[in-house]
Amino acid sequence: MANFDQELDASGLNCPLPILRAKKSLAGMDAGQVLHIIATDPGSVKDFEAFAKQTGNELMESKEEGGKFVFLIKKN
Amino acid sequence: MSNKKLAIIATKGTLDWGYPPFILASTAAALGYDVEIFFTFYGLQLLKRKMKVSVSPLGNPGMPMPMGMDKWFPVIGTAIPGMQSIMTMMMKQKMKSKGVASLEELRDLCLEAEVKMVACQMTVDLFDMNPADFINDVTFGGAATFFEFAGEADITLYI
Repeated sequence: MANFDQELDASGLNCPLPILRAKKSLAGMDAGQVLHIIATDPGSVKDFEAFAKQTGNELMESKEEGGKFVFLIKKN
Repeated sequence: MSNKKLAIIATKGTLDWGYPPFILASTAAALGYDVEIFFTFYGLQLLKRKMKVSVSPLGNPGMPMPMGMDKWFPVIGTAIPGMQSIMTMMMKQKMKSKGVASLEELRDLCLEAEVKMVACQMTVDLFDMNPADFINDVTFGGAATFFEFAGEADITLYI
């Protein structure tokens, strides 16, 4: 289990809320810190890839775990 | 490098069509875009402090109806009085159960992300709308105001 600095549970939320909540969480974090996100929206898998690519934050991990989608994003 | 820009014209004032402008605007803002939405004609309903928007099955054959109603229910049935409020209520319930944000919530998220909202002055006058009924963050302007931003935009959408 990778280390992270902050956690965001976006379970049950649908597009675009997981992205918007993640953006908000990242805004309050320092560069280099890692955000751990849990989501249930299957669309969030592609969306977090796209979000990371466009915002320059690093998507360190993206996986499915017990029916949920888990992401690790490092703030740039 | 300056931010990318997204310009949207929102022309529709129904529960379903209120979503695309607010979803795209809030997401673009989260991606670092500067966003402006120009609300005109029925789109102005989305700027009301108390948003009273509905969804109508009338003249909308693409709308999925509950309990297979679209299969056996005659088209004329969609015009029955009260049908619109029933469908609106059901749609809102469905959205809530699926974790879809309400329009008000998305609008708040847009404002929080500094999405600029412009109300079409001409339509406001045309429909005798009261500017006091709109949310505070609205500015009023015309077509030239829209082009001032859209002329520099990377993406422009008409919804």
